[in-house]
Amino acid sequence: MILLFLIWAVIDRRDAVVIGVVEGSILALGAVGLTLVYGVLKFAHFAHGDSMMLSAYCAFLLLSGVVSGSRPGVDAEVLPITVSDLPGATTEVWKFSFGYGLLVAMALSALVTSGILVVLDRLVYRRLRQRKSGIVIFSIASLGLAIAIRSLVLMVWGPTPRKYTTTVRENIDLPFDITILADQLFILAAAITVTVLAYILLFRTKLGKAMRAMADNPELALISGIRTELVIALTWALAGGLVAVAGVLLALQAQLDPQLGFVLLLPLFAAAILGGVGNPQGAFFGGMIVGIVQAVVVTFDFLSPGYKFSVAFVILILILLIRPRGLFGARL
Amino acid sequence: MTGDGTAAILAVDNVTKSFGGLRAVDGCSLTVSEGSITGLIGPNGAGKTTLFNIVTGFLKPDSGRILFRDDRIDPLPPHQIFRQGVLRTFQIPRELKGMTVLENLMLVPPGQAGETVWNPWFFRSRVARQEEANFVKALEVLEFVELGHLRDEYAATLSGGQKKLLELARTLMCDARLILLDEPGAGVNRVLMKKLVADIERLRREIGITFFVIEHDMDLVAQLCDTVIVMSEGKTLAQGTLDEIKRDDRVLQAYLGGQYR
Amino acid sequence: MPRFRAKPSSFIAPATVALVTALLIAIPFERSNGDTSGVISFLVSFLTFVAIYAIFTLGLNVQWGYSGVFNFGVLGFFMLGAYTAAIVTKEPASGSFTDYIGGFGGDLNLLPWLSSEQWLPHLVGLAAAAGVAGLVALLLSVTALRLRDDYLAIATIGVAEVLRRVVIEETWLVNGTRGLTGIPRPLGGLVGSTDYKYLLLAICGGFLVLTYFLIERAIRSPWGRVLMALREDEMATEASGKNVFAFKMQSFVMGAAIMGAGGAIYAYASSSLTPEVFTHFFATFLFWAMLILGGSGNNRGAIVGAYVLWGFWTITLQFQSYDLPDLLQTRMPYIRELVLGGLIVAVLLLRPAGLLPQRRQVSIWVERQLRRRPAAPAGSPTEGASSNR
Repeated sequence: MILLFLIWAVIDRRDAVVIGVVEGSILALGAVGLTLVYGVLKFAHFAHGDSMMLSAYCAFLLLSGVVSGSRPGVDAEVLPITVSDLPGATTEVWKFSFGYGLLVAMALSALVTSGILVVLDRLVYRRLRQRKSGIVIFSIASLGLAIAIRSLVLMVWGPTPRKYTTTVRENIDLPFDITILADQLFILAAAITVTVLAYILLFRTKLGKAMRAMADNPELALISGIRTELVIALTWALAGGLVAVAGVLLALQAQLDPQLGFVLLLPLFAAAILGGVGNPQGAFFGGMIVGIVQAVVVTFDFLSPGYKFSVAFVILILILLIRPRGLFGARL
Repeated sequence: MTGDGTAAILAVDNVTKSFGGLRAVDGCSLTVSEGSITGLIGPNGAGKTTLFNIVTGFLKPDSGRILFRDDRIDPLPPHQIFRQGVLRTFQIPRELKGMTVLENLMLVPPGQAGETVWNPWFFRSRVARQEEANFVKALEVLEFVELGHLRDEYAATLSGGQKKLLELARTLMCDARLILLDEPGAGVNRVLMKKLVADIERLRREIGITFFVIEHDMDLVAQLCDTVIVMSEGKTLAQGTLDEIKRDDRVLQAYLGGQYR
Repeated sequence: MPRFRAKPSSFIAPATVALVTALLIAIPFERSNGDTSGVISFLVSFLTFVAIYAIFTLGLNVQWGYSGVFNFGVLGFFMLGAYTAAIVTKEPASGSFTDYIGGFGGDLNLLPWLSSEQWLPHLVGLAAAAGVAGLVALLLSVTALRLRDDYLAIATIGVAEVLRRVVIEETWLVNGTRGLTGIPRPLGGLVGSTDYKYLLLAICGGFLVLTYFLIERAIRSPWGRVLMALREDEMATEASGKNVFAFKMQSFVMGAAIMGAGGAIYAYASSSLTPEVFTHFFATFLFWAMLILGGSGNNRGAIVGAYVLWGFWTITLQFQSYDLPDLLQTRMPYIRELVLGGLIVAVLLLRPAGLLPQRRQVSIWVERQLRRRPAAPAGSPTEGASSNR
C-alpha cells in the first residue's frame, strides 16, 4: 500500500516527493539516533527533537558567535573567535549558500552534542538505572530535559527564527526534469554519507556488535563481559553525532527555530516505530517514508498545510494498529 | 501415561513454542494426575518455565493443546485460567513492591464486589463485609506461612525467602485446584524449606490441591514429589518415581550425567 | 529503593506550602502598597485556577499515579472538554467572523423553575465534556492501551497534537484561531460582577472537592488495589486473576473523563477559549510536573502539587513587574520553564515519592480493620522501621 502510494506520488507530485526525500533524509538521521537509544536503553527519548534543535543552535554559535543581547532584537557577540574567522570559511563553495565553515561547525557541534548527551546520561539516566526505575520514569525525565533544553535555547538565542546564511540559494537542474536547491542536494548527500558511516560503525565494528548485543539482551550482554556502561556512553555519543548532523541539516533546509524540537518529536517517533524500534535500517526507511508522505499530503487541496505534522501521527497509529513491531521488525 | 491410573487434572498435548529460531518447547506431552505432587526437572534451558508460562496462559503455544480436567484452556487469557483454579508462582518472585504484604494477598480473591468502580461509591457496606472476610482470610494465610509479623511491611522490604513464601501465600487466597510452583526452594533456607515441604503436603492432604513443581534441588524433589517428569530440549524425556528416573539411562545422559554430577 | 523506605522527612511538604503561601501574600501586598482588597482578589483568582488545575492533576493521578497508564496527552482531553462545554452552553453562532457548531444554551432551559437557565446548560455541558473525553479515551485505549507504555504516551501526544491542529484549521468547527468568547458563566446572572469571583471560587473549589471524594472512594478500595497492583507489576496482577486490560481501560477512561470535566470548568471560569492557550507545555507537561512534585499516587499530593507549582508560576509572573535588569526581565518566561524542566528531573532523582508520598494501605477498609486489630506479634518491626532489611 505504501509502495503504491510512493509510486503514484513519484509520478504525480514529483516536486513534493523531492522535498519529501530531502526532509525525509533529515528525519531518517534523527530517527536512526532515536532508535539506537530506544534499542540500547529501552526508553522513549523525548528530548531527541530538542537535542537536534540545540545542536543546530550550537553550530550557529560556533559559526557566528552570536547570542541574544539583553534587549529583544539586539544581538551580542560572545565568542572571541569563531569558525567564520578561519580563512575562506564563509566563501560559498560551488552553488551552495555556505562555505566549508559550516562543515567545521557541524563537526564541532557533533562533538559538543555527543558530550552533552553523555554528561546528561551520567547525571540523570545512570542514576535512574542504578535505582532500577521503570522505563516510563526515564521517559518523563527525558521530557523534563527536553523542556529545560528548549527554555535554555530560548534564553540564549531568543524566540525569533534564525538562519546560517542569508545568501540567495541557487537552484540546479537535475535529469528527469527535477529542480532542486543546491543546498538540498548537499543535505541529501550529507545525510546519506553519515547514515552509511553509522551503518558501518554498527555492523562492521566490535562496538556495533556490543551495542546490538545489548539491545538484544542486556543481562546476557553484561554476563558476557560487555562493559555496558561504556557501550551506553558510546551509544549516546553516536546518537549525539547523528542528532547534530540532522539538526544542522534541518536548520539549513528550514531555519533555526526553538519550537522545532517539539514539532519534530512526532515525525521522529513515527519514523522509528515505523521502522521497528531498535532497527537502524528500518528507522532510515521509516524517516524517508514519513518525510515523503508529509510533503506529498500537504499538496492535497482538501488538507490544510497546518496538518503536515499530524500526518506523521496518522501513519504512526496505522502502524501501531496493523504491525506494532514496525514494517521491518524490531531488531538491531 | 498417568503412572498410577488416577484421573489426569492437567494434560499437555504435543505443545510447541519457538522464540525466533529457538524451539523452547518442542512437541512436549505430559500429564499431571489429580492429587499428586508432580516434579518437573531438567537441565537449564529445557523449557520448563516456558511450559509453565504456556499452561497458565502467559504465552500462547504455536501448536498443541493444554487440557485442564478435559477442557481446553490454551486459548484462554491468564485471568480466566486463574478462575479455573490453575494458579502459579514465579521463579523470581513478583511481589507487588509498593503494596503491603497484607494487601498483596487481599488483591487475590476473585470477583470482589469492590473491584467495580460504583460499588465503593454507592454500596459500601457490601464492600466492607467482603473486605473484612478477605482481611481475616489473609491473616490466616499469613499465619500459615508465618509472615504474620510482616503484614504491614512493603513487600519490597522482604528477604528473598520471605518473598518466596509470599508467592506461595498468594496461591492460598482462593480455591486453587492446581498450583504450579516455579522453583519454590531457590533462595529459601533449610528451616524454611522444611516448613515449605510440610505446608505443601498439608495442603495436598487437607484440601486436595494438586501441585506441579519445577525444582533443581534434588533433596527437595525427593522429599516432596511422588512423580517426577524430566524435560530436556523442550521434550518430555521420562516420567516416573524419582528412583525410576535415576535409573533411566537417557536421563542420566541428558541431565544427571551432565552438569549435576 | 528510597520509595519504600519512605518515612521521608515530613517537614518539607508543609515548609514548601508555607513558603509559597507567604510569597503569594507578601508580593502582591508589597506591589499594591498594602491594598488588602487587591491582595484578596488576587488570591481568589489564584485559588480558582489552582482548583481547576488540581482537577487535571487528580485525573492524571488516576491514570499515572495509581495505574501507571502513561498519558502524555492531557491537552487533548482538556481541549475536548473545554470546547464541548463551550458549544453546549453558548447560543448558536451568529454574525460575521464567528462560526462554530452546536450552541444549545437556549434550548437547555428545560426546567421552568430555580432559574435553570443559569445552571442547567452548564451541568449538561459538564456531563457532555466528561462523556466526549471519556469516549475518545475509550477508542484510544482499544488501539493503543495494549501496547507498550511508552507507545501510549506517543499516541496520546499525537492525539492531542491532531486535535490542536483541527481546532486551529477547521474554522467552521469552533471558530479557529479567533476563539470562542462569551461562554455563559454558571449562576452568572445571580450575583453582581464584583462579587462573582467568590461564587466562581466556590463553584470550582466545590467541584474539586467532589472530584477528590469520588476518586478517593474509588481508589481506596479493592478497585484501587487492582490498579496499584498493575502499576507495580502487570504480570503478577494477571497471575492473580485480574483482567489487567479491563482495569487499565477503566482507569484511563475515568482519568480522561475527569480531565474533560476539568476542561468544562476551565471554559466556564475563563469564559473564553483561544487555541494559543492550549500548548502541550501548559496543558500537559505543567500538569505532569504538578503531579510528580506533589506525589503521584496520592490525591492530596496531586492537589498540593497544583498549589505549589501554580503558586511558583504566579509568583514569578509577579517578579516581572519589578524593575529587573533587562537581561533577566526579557527572559523570565524561559527561566520559569527551565526551572520547571529541571524540577521534573530533580524530583525524579532526589525525591521520587514527591512532596506527599502514597499511603501505606490502599483500601480504607484495611486501614479500619488494622485500627481494630493493631496487635502485631511482639518484637516485630512496625511502620517505617524495616529500612535495615
